[in-house]
Amino acid sequence: MSLCAYVAGIGVLGPGLPDWPAARAVLRGETAYVPAATVLPPPAILPPAERRRTGRVVKLALAVALEAAGRAGAEPKSLACVFSSSGGDGNNCHELCAALAAPGREISPTRFSNSVHNAAAGYWSIATGAVGASTVLCAYDASFAAGLLEALAQIAADGGALLLVAYDTDYPEPLRAKRPIPDAFGMALALTAQRSPASLARIEARLGAAACDRLADGSLEALRTSIPAARSLPLLSRLARAEAGPASIEYLDGSRTLVEVEPCA
Amino acid sequence: MKPVLLKHFTAVSCIGRGLAQILEALQQQRSGLAPCRFETVDLHTHVGEVPGVDAVRIPAALRAYDCRNNRLAELGLSQDGFADAVRAAAAAYGPRRVGVFIGTSTAGILETEIAYRRRVAGGPLPDDFQYAAAHNTFSVADFVRRRLDLCGPAVVVSCACASSAKVFASARRMLEAGLIDAALVGGVDSLCLTTLYGFHSLQLCSPGPCRPFDVARDGISIGEAAAFAWLERCPTSLDGGAVVLLGIGESCDAHHMSAPHPQGLGARLAMQAALAAAALPPEAVDYINLHGTGTPSNDRAESLAVTALFGGTTPCSSTKGATGHTLGAAGALEAVISALALQHGFMPGGVPATRVDPELGAGYLKDNRRTPPNRVLSNSFGFGGTNCSLLFGRAA
Repeated sequence: MSLCAYVAGIGVLGPGLPDWPAARAVLRGETAYVPAATVLPPPAILPPAERRRTGRVVKLALAVALEAAGRAGAEPKSLACVFSSSGGDGNNCHELCAALAAPGREISPTRFSNSVHNAAAGYWSIATGAVGASTVLCAYDASFAAGLLEALAQIAADGGALLLVAYDTDYPEPLRAKRPIPDAFGMALALTAQRSPASLARIEARLGAAACDRLADGSLEALRTSIPAARSLPLLSRLARAEAGPASIEYLDGSRTLVEVEPCA
Repeated sequence: MKPVLLKHFTAVSCIGRGLAQILEALQQQRSGLAPCRFETVDLHTHVGEVPGVDAVRIPAALRAYDCRNNRLAELGLSQDGFADAVRAAAAAYGPRRVGVFIGTSTAGILETEIAYRRRVAGGPLPDDFQYAAAHNTFSVADFVRRRLDLCGPAVVVSCACASSAKVFASARRMLEAGLIDAALVGGVDSLCLTTLYGFHSLQLCSPGPCRPFDVARDGISIGEAAAFAWLERCPTSLDGGAVVLLGIGESCDAHHMSAPHPQGLGARLAMQAALAAAALPPEAVDYINLHGTGTPSNDRAESLAVTALFGGTTPCSSTKGATGHTLGAAGALEAVISALALQHGFMPGGVPATRVDPELGAGYLKDNRRTPPNRVLSNSFGFGGTNCSLLFGRAA
């Protein structure tokens, strides 16, 4: 059984990359990459009570998930989900640890509820009404590749359509000094088992040990290496250029996930 | 789905180190909960603390990974010859063909909590604080794979209290897709201030030992545990008594971050999906190990879901009155308890549940039943409205 799927929709949000069309133009070399702080939109699909409770990580994940589902023309509630993040909500984590170090140890119930690694997946389900399978992963710097392998294994084993959402946000100090993620970056792929008119490309993954792909543009390469979810950029780059061939993505301990891209003309 | 064999398994919790002690505690319906004396916690609550975790030593080569969560993992791996069985099996398959899937909600966050306390006047964290090896959610899977020299795919599943039930789903998909030939799955969650003060802030902690399904239940007791299983594709012929994972169901509530769907919609969908995956009707289930946390709303929602699907006669109980709610480890721990029930031919009664809530319609077991179950369903539900049900069976 091969680990393959069809990409039907893509979402991207990161520093200087406000959405997939903008990222696509940059990755195709049609516009220059101009790094700028990531701007996270308020999650309009959440009910107001929930919207007020969400932090950066939820805004980021929901934005890219919605973009990918929308571009695929898929009903969000119909999609199974794989969320993958190297760390969850850094600001929320800082606030909880600071409160627990203070006298009284009074912590906010909302912050505690939001501290679970699956917070973004929970809010996605509440926002869209999705009741299907959903899982949430972490593999430190390899979290994107781990999410991709999980998503492709799920499609290989069970078929259907799913959303892969990979996202990371930055920590404030003092955690930032220990985990210096500079800004927020997220990406999502709407994947299907079967080819459809919406299919952009077929992707097939395997594990390997080839050198991992780097990006020619120095600023994009810095983005790739500094935010774990941006390890997806070599794959996004091939998808943007509709270029057949392998994208070599960093996985665990110097191993690679090799993703063969075959555009659907 | 294609059935998956649980070839080896083990666990550590407040009711015992290893299978023999855990089995004995279950057979005696003994609880491991005690008033909270953990760390500097000043809450009026009971916890299921594993004794002796502080005395566990992490091998020098992996010193960076030293934290309570990984010590608990180390303690779990060293029970019942589990680590040796994994090494032998991994050598046969090749370490690249073995996947590692660990569920946790806490990872080593206790280390970060303590590091924040050690800061001077809002300054930096201490130099010896290890973000990647202790704090990060992946740290426990990274520790386990390095400890056992496994180099296939590895990941942490972190879906709150359903985490280590869902590792079985991830492993099963990767086995079926052919990327791996065997999987080490498990759950490791350790006591920390975030969960104790966090559940307290939500007013979800019982002051006494938790009483799932009791008429006077008033919240959870937080526990800690490490539980592991070694999974392989099912061979064509099985030894009698072998424990097999027959079905897995996953769902979301799409309702609320920290409260269950009032009718237990997501819970019912997960149980239905597990039955469908196994192509079995509800009558095929002999015993249900409930999520049964002991909060008024959780138990009510789960009871509604169970009775909607099974009626009110299928025997069910929660073992969290014995072990506490081990959060990210609960799915794997209760998978091990389900496997013990299948192998040793009994249905564990609830602990203590002296007065079962008459408003809950499910067929709650107060006492152990000596009827050997052939199939056991285990439920795990978590914050974010994430649900997972595992259906285990015993080979004839």
